[in-house]
Amino acid sequence: MALTNESNEERPMRALFIDRIWPTLKVVISTIGSIAVTMLGLLFITFIIGRVMPIDPVLAIVGERASQAQYDEVYQQLGLDRPVIVQFLFYIWDVLHLDFGISVLNARPVSEDIARVFPATLELATIGIIIGIVTGVPLGVLAAVNKGTWIDQIARLVALIGYSMPIFWLGLIGLLVFYGILGWVGGPGRVGIFYVDVVPSVTGLILVDALLDGNWDVFKSAFSHIVLPASLLGYYSLAYISRMTRSFMLEQLSAEYVTTARVKGMSEWNVVWKHAFKNIRVQLITVIALSYAGLLEGSVLTEIIFSWPGIGSYITTALLSADMNAVLGGTVVVGLIFILLNVLSDMLYKIFDPRAK
Amino acid sequence: MNVFNRLLTSVAIGAAVSMSSMAAYAETPANMLVIANRIDDIITIDPAESFEFAGSDVSRNVYQRLVYLDPMDLEAGYKPALAESWEVSEDGKTITFIMREGITFESGNPVRAEDAAFSLQRAVILNKTPSFILGQFGFTPENAAEMIKADGNKLTITTDKKYATSFILNCLTATIGAIVDKETVMANEVDGDMGNTWLKTNTAGSGPYKLDSWKPNDSVTMSLNPNYTGDKPAMERVIVRHVTESASQRLLLERGDIDIARNLNPEDIAGVTAAGGVKVEDELKGHLMYLALNGKHPVLSKPEVRQAFKYLVDYEGMQNSFLNGQYTTHQNFLPATYLGASTEKPFSLNIEKAKELLAEAGVEGLEIEAGVREAQERIEIAQSMQNTLAQVGIKLNITVGTAKQILGRYRARELDMYVGIWGPDYPDPQTNAGTFAYNPDNSDEANATGLLAWRTGWEVSPGMNAAVEAAVTEGDRDTRIQMYQDIQKEFRDTSPFIVMFQRIEQSAMRENVMNFSTGQAVTNAAYWPVTK
Repeated sequence: MALTNESNEERPMRALFIDRIWPTLKVVISTIGSIAVTMLGLLFITFIIGRVMPIDPVLAIVGERASQAQYDEVYQQLGLDRPVIVQFLFYIWDVLHLDFGISVLNARPVSEDIARVFPATLELATIGIIIGIVTGVPLGVLAAVNKGTWIDQIARLVALIGYSMPIFWLGLIGLLVFYGILGWVGGPGRVGIFYVDVVPSVTGLILVDALLDGNWDVFKSAFSHIVLPASLLGYYSLAYISRMTRSFMLEQLSAEYVTTARVKGMSEWNVVWKHAFKNIRVQLITVIALSYAGLLEGSVLTEIIFSWPGIGSYITTALLSADMNAVLGGTVVVGLIFILLNVLSDMLYKIFDPRAK
Repeated sequence: MNVFNRLLTSVAIGAAVSMSSMAAYAETPANMLVIANRIDDIITIDPAESFEFAGSDVSRNVYQRLVYLDPMDLEAGYKPALAESWEVSEDGKTITFIMREGITFESGNPVRAEDAAFSLQRAVILNKTPSFILGQFGFTPENAAEMIKADGNKLTITTDKKYATSFILNCLTATIGAIVDKETVMANEVDGDMGNTWLKTNTAGSGPYKLDSWKPNDSVTMSLNPNYTGDKPAMERVIVRHVTESASQRLLLERGDIDIARNLNPEDIAGVTAAGGVKVEDELKGHLMYLALNGKHPVLSKPEVRQAFKYLVDYEGMQNSFLNGQYTTHQNFLPATYLGASTEKPFSLNIEKAKELLAEAGVEGLEIEAGVREAQERIEIAQSMQNTLAQVGIKLNITVGTAKQILGRYRARELDMYVGIWGPDYPDPQTNAGTFAYNPDNSDEANATGLLAWRTGWEVSPGMNAAVEAAVTEGDRDTRIQMYQDIQKEFRDTSPFIVMFQRIEQSAMRENVMNFSTGQAVTNAAYWPVTK
């Protein structure tokens, strides 16, 4: 009887494992496996690009006056005399320990540099994407609902300008008008010069750090500095998001179920938002995720114009200075962001679209 | 940003500014100096290793040296600093410095002869790139302790042979001559690195300022050194902010959020000059733009061809167009303001003269390759040369590439022609004479890649080699000046180098900023004399 009882208790456990836990575990394992393989591929490609690029990290360190002996010494210090495959294996090992090496140009650990510049980009990109979503999605829906009308034309024009205007041009003009002439916003930099290093860096996000420190002056200064570049990035996201939203909505609004709903007397609000919009959420997630990933990768020109010490300008400067450890470290982080956002999108699909489960 | 975009931006900003007045500008605090500059070249702040402009600017304000160049009187040459006096031995090989009393480091430790000896020994032993400046005196990691000694309040430096005292003291004004706090530095030593890792991002000096923070590609912040024993500077805090874009620097300056903008392009310089409340100051810097003709090329090595090329450069045309305000014509290997620098400019664009010289050399249908690093000014110079050379029937093929590609080929003596920029390493004429006009062994085996003359494959005459060696040991200042004048004349007439331009730095600043000096050709920026 005891054995029977045990078997009876085990059966539901096994069933629970087979029916519920195992599928979830399988998804987790396959996701982690997929991330690992993608990361390995990314590391391999960035490493190879770093080796075939016509830049010389040794020259970047020793300068053009260095003697051959000094050049050779640094060449060996960087491990460039070892076979490429050995260098790659060492690199993988280091990355697994979150060690991207030392920046050959400023002698600091690359991981520390990234920890410093990435929050700047994260803060800017997050506010930018929020602006893009909050304005772009309603604009796209509005344009689709009013297809062919002046509202649609204006929405399309706004998107077209966003697509076609060079960002550095728009950034400089924005800076000139809102900072130079009107004085409504702060100038280049993350915070006013008097507030540099005033609040302790906890998260690296100045707005958050200022709030945590309860320092409103710094918060206001940081906000006045971020509002213009974030709006600029938001505008570019808006252009993409609104066009895609309009396109997805037009497809849904011409579907038979929408006509049926209208025939049945459902209000236009419900038809648009509760039926048509509900069905584009999955596609929209992809668009937003891609847009956000693009911003997180760092908008180099925006960062340069606004002297924003983010990851985009960090990688670009590193590339131009032949600081390959920094380039590889930055690229790996950007690649990781893409992968994680993809995973997040997949998870959201499953929530919003039961067919994807 | 390309030239078109740059122009477009400047025109737009200029037009908008002229149509509407700027919003009331804010002023930086009276005791704070805020500078916009490109500081992404800072690799390290350790004076034994630092060799870049922005890093040397920090070092100049944070460290003192045995002797220094007074930013308010650069023409006077070196003056006593941490050493209050010095004596030279009869054989001219030993200099004994008497250290000034009562000076302290930012840590509060006293500055001693022992610190000075340690600093110079350390720079030699670490053997980083700028160590060659001290290595010229025969110092090696092995003999540094023997040649550089402290004895109580005295520091003695013994060189391998007699050198001009001015040569040694000029070298000691360079960044590598900075005196660091031995106690503090050695307390931060890791694995026998003599504090190199720590000093890359920290300072231990006795200068007017101490470093508060250096955030790469972001900012450098300095504040008053509380233990500084000199006159208290008016600027208690100095912030150098990394602003890449010229237009952004201009807006910050016009709005009054910064005091000085150091990287404005010619269009923005013209724009701010027209605006009120801002002034522009020019200073000659040490950088020379030059062409090098490969001495191993069978045609380019002919004396008439070398001379012909010197008449095929449109010096005036380039200076007044794309180099406007940024470079001035200069045709000698010593930058103007250097001891013994010649200001002779015998060459100008003369196609007919060049044709005569080429005919004398029997040149016909010549086709050569010029290597140019991807920098706008250099590419435009190469294009100008392409145009003038075409007028005498020479075809110039331009190869543009990265430093690795182009510099690598120049160092390997593979290029027919190289368009280069050279900046002096220390404020003594030997810095350029020793590389442009000195090449004792031109063989491939010598592999003297540090010498421009070797890279160019120039068989320098024994007479000129000897003259360069003699000038560096000449004790009499006037004789030394004459020797460099003579070397420069022969160099102009015979060398395969065509020195064309000397750099001008234009700093735009608020009108109330006084006494700011970028250090001209001989040194770096000084913040302590600035007042507002």
